[in-house]
Amino acid sequence: MDYAAVVVLEILYMIAFLALISAGLAVVFGMMRVINLAHGELVMLGGYATIASSKAGINIYVAMLIIAPIAVGLIGLVVERLIVRFLYGRMIDTMLATWGLSLLLIGLVTLIFGNSAVSVPAPIPGYQVGRYQMGGYNLFIIATSAILMFSMWLVLRYTRVGLIARGAMQGADVVAALGHNPKTIYMVTFTVGAALSGLAGGILAPLTGLLPSVGGSYIAKAFITVITGGAAVIAGTLSTAVVFGTVNQLVSFASTPVIGEIAMLALAMVLLRLMPQGVTGRFFRSST
Amino acid sequence: MSDAAVETRELSVRYGGVLAVNNVSFALRDRELRCLIGPNGAGKSTFFKSVTGQVRGGQASGRVLIRGQDVFGWPTHRIVRLGIGVKTQVPSVMSGLTVEENLWLSARRTLGRQGADAAVDEVVAELGLEGFARRQVGELAHGQRQLAEIGVVLANKPWLVLLDEPAAGITSQETERLVAIIRRINRTAALIVVDHDMHFVRMLDATITVFHQGSILVEGRTADVLADARVREVYLGSRAR
Amino acid sequence: MTGSGFGVGRLRWHWFAAFAAALLLLPLVSETNTPTLLAIWALFALSLGLMWGYAGLLSFGHAAYFGLGAYTYAIASFNIGESTAPLLLALLVPALVAAIIGAMMFYGRISDVYLGVMTLVVTLILNRFMNATAGDAYRIGNARLGGFNGIPAFPTLNVPGDPGEQIYGTPYYYVVVICLLGAYLLARWILASSFGRALVGIRENELRMELIGYDVPALKTLIFSVSAAMAGLAGCLFANWAEIVTPSVFSLGQSAEVIIWVIVGGLGTLIGPMLGAAVLGSLKIALGSQTTVDNSLVLGAILILVVLLIPRGFAPALVAWRRRFASAQAHRRQARGTRRRHVVIRDADA
Repeated sequence: MDYAAVVVLEILYMIAFLALISAGLAVVFGMMRVINLAHGELVMLGGYATIASSKAGINIYVAMLIIAPIAVGLIGLVVERLIVRFLYGRMIDTMLATWGLSLLLIGLVTLIFGNSAVSVPAPIPGYQVGRYQMGGYNLFIIATSAILMFSMWLVLRYTRVGLIARGAMQGADVVAALGHNPKTIYMVTFTVGAALSGLAGGILAPLTGLLPSVGGSYIAKAFITVITGGAAVIAGTLSTAVVFGTVNQLVSFASTPVIGEIAMLALAMVLLRLMPQGVTGRFFRSST
Repeated sequence: MSDAAVETRELSVRYGGVLAVNNVSFALRDRELRCLIGPNGAGKSTFFKSVTGQVRGGQASGRVLIRGQDVFGWPTHRIVRLGIGVKTQVPSVMSGLTVEENLWLSARRTLGRQGADAAVDEVVAELGLEGFARRQVGELAHGQRQLAEIGVVLANKPWLVLLDEPAAGITSQETERLVAIIRRINRTAALIVVDHDMHFVRMLDATITVFHQGSILVEGRTADVLADARVREVYLGSRAR
Repeated sequence: MTGSGFGVGRLRWHWFAAFAAALLLLPLVSETNTPTLLAIWALFALSLGLMWGYAGLLSFGHAAYFGLGAYTYAIASFNIGESTAPLLLALLVPALVAAIIGAMMFYGRISDVYLGVMTLVVTLILNRFMNATAGDAYRIGNARLGGFNGIPAFPTLNVPGDPGEQIYGTPYYYVVVICLLGAYLLARWILASSFGRALVGIRENELRMELIGYDVPALKTLIFSVSAAMAGLAGCLFANWAEIVTPSVFSLGQSAEVIIWVIVGGLGTLIGPMLGAAVLGSLKIALGSQTTVDNSLVLGAILILVVLLIPRGFAPALVAWRRRFASAQAHRRQARGTRRRHVVIRDADA
């Protein structure tokens, strides 16, 4: 019984984790068909921003929930103005340029913060489930991820801003004809996406030691979650996060974490092969 | 009627809730010229696509026979290898290559290298493409591009040619030239031509099949069909000149 | 994505001979350790450039086949002892794996971005798997897979039939150069053939090629397989150069680097990727030996600048410049009234 509870909690955690690290990429991909391969590094930057502010004395929650998104959002804005906005519509070129950006960011962070891990302790203590010791912070991650997904859905579905954004996603020229500047919309969308990545990085910062290279471990999972999810931002990301998170954890429990991760990757390939438009290209078509 | 060039028996194609092609039984004889007309959404393009195995994402039932061979479920490239040339509604050519290179790729599929070179020259001469044969297709005017595409279709010597809106967007002078080309093709090949341009259709003066809401409404000679009251009713608002 | 035409004109044999001679005479003026590595990277870049530039297939995880070649050689040579068979296997295994994965993707009509994603995932799987194979349990025949630490000290290349005669140092450099030149000629031969021209057609308009009657998935799978074999050869040669194989051969970084080499050097030519690999590879080695400027930073900046400013890479720009120069020359000659039969360069001959 305890074991079952642990498994369920771990699965929920994995789903939350995947949704969290994918949110920023999903917004940018879902809205603008831009594949930002520097997404992992933006998450990493959120982590560094959080740790740096925390070490400077700022409250950890403020650091991760406010400072990290703002800082990385600003970086995202600069990136959009200087690089990404020249490459809209050129999907492969965007992937290449953002790949270059990711290398650049890794290099910069290594230069500034050095190559050894920095960390910050988790602010929430662990707890017991029967015989098992659980990390309390994981619950916080599950909670924030759920709140984040829900808020994003609310904004997209029920606010005017969300409506304009969804309109721009369907057809930039139509939205332009209605008087909204698509370029501004893209700029704001990319910035928001970056901020979300930073937020994820901030929230995940207390988990492990942060290195300039952690982006690599995030990008792969976020990538397959988003692409396999398909065009719908929230529904797509959530559905694949659920599928992948569950498979990953169940297989991990049955064998090893590495096999679990491989199972997730292999499943991604199978899903993409069967549903080239992503999950929400086939099911839940009219969802957000 | 196994000597029919193309035959469909009770062909139906369904996309989700929409029955795009509804139980259509159609037959075309060897070296026959046929026009398919009908308002937008009548199912002409879907019907066309079923013949060449391009229907994807929809459920199809019934039989499609090319010279007696059942091709239902075959991949497109296998079907067209039976000797079919297809010109698509939206011009589909290799824009980054020259006209000659496009023709070569088509001819080479059925002929050896020498034969392909010769076939390219033949098609260029026959269709009058000399003026722009060495230019990139992407740089050509619309009418020239349509002509180039017809060249690509003909270069591997098909005995059945499907033309989807060949007269779209071309001048009336080009239309006359097109009619002449079609007649020349018809000497050796069967043709199905889909178009909306009634002037062009009249000039062809072939048997017409009228599609409406996925089924065949009427079939007959040009003069009879175009005078038919049902056709006029279905076609209100078309460019009937 | 590239210029007009089928992309390969006639081979200018004198240029090729000069180039080959320069490569083969290099040992007289320099050490061969670094040039060997650069030639191996050039071969790897050539394999991707062939598939991407001419057939339009971008693999985001081409390192998978590089790595498979390396590991296949190491494992096979541990088990067989003589190196000829392992060398052949290092070509066949990547080719076979690519054929299977390629068929799965291409017959499923996966293309563009999704092709990139799936090829990336394959590399990730291999990387993760190989990293976790530490311990005696993971072995193929005599070879322990070694996990994170990889497989060291396997028998390196020997003279065919004579396991005692190892090839290393300058003779090994010659072997690598011969492989590179051979692969280049093979690539040219493929591109000049009807198969190669069909690939260019597919890159330009897949639907039309299908409607003409070409079996597009089969052709794509074939070139993917050939490209993987070439990458596998590069991987095998790398294994022999490094005398150790580790999971880093499957890394994302390795996949990224080869893409950068191809795109900076010039997509749509064969020389471009090889030059890109040689130049950027040298840069990487030079940067690696000092710590003031970080390697990632420079590479990243270069990639961004190239994509923004010269999206087709340097080689096509150079070719276009040379074409303008040549036609300007021809015009001047005409103006001066000199009558000479001068063949105007129409296509990139690289």
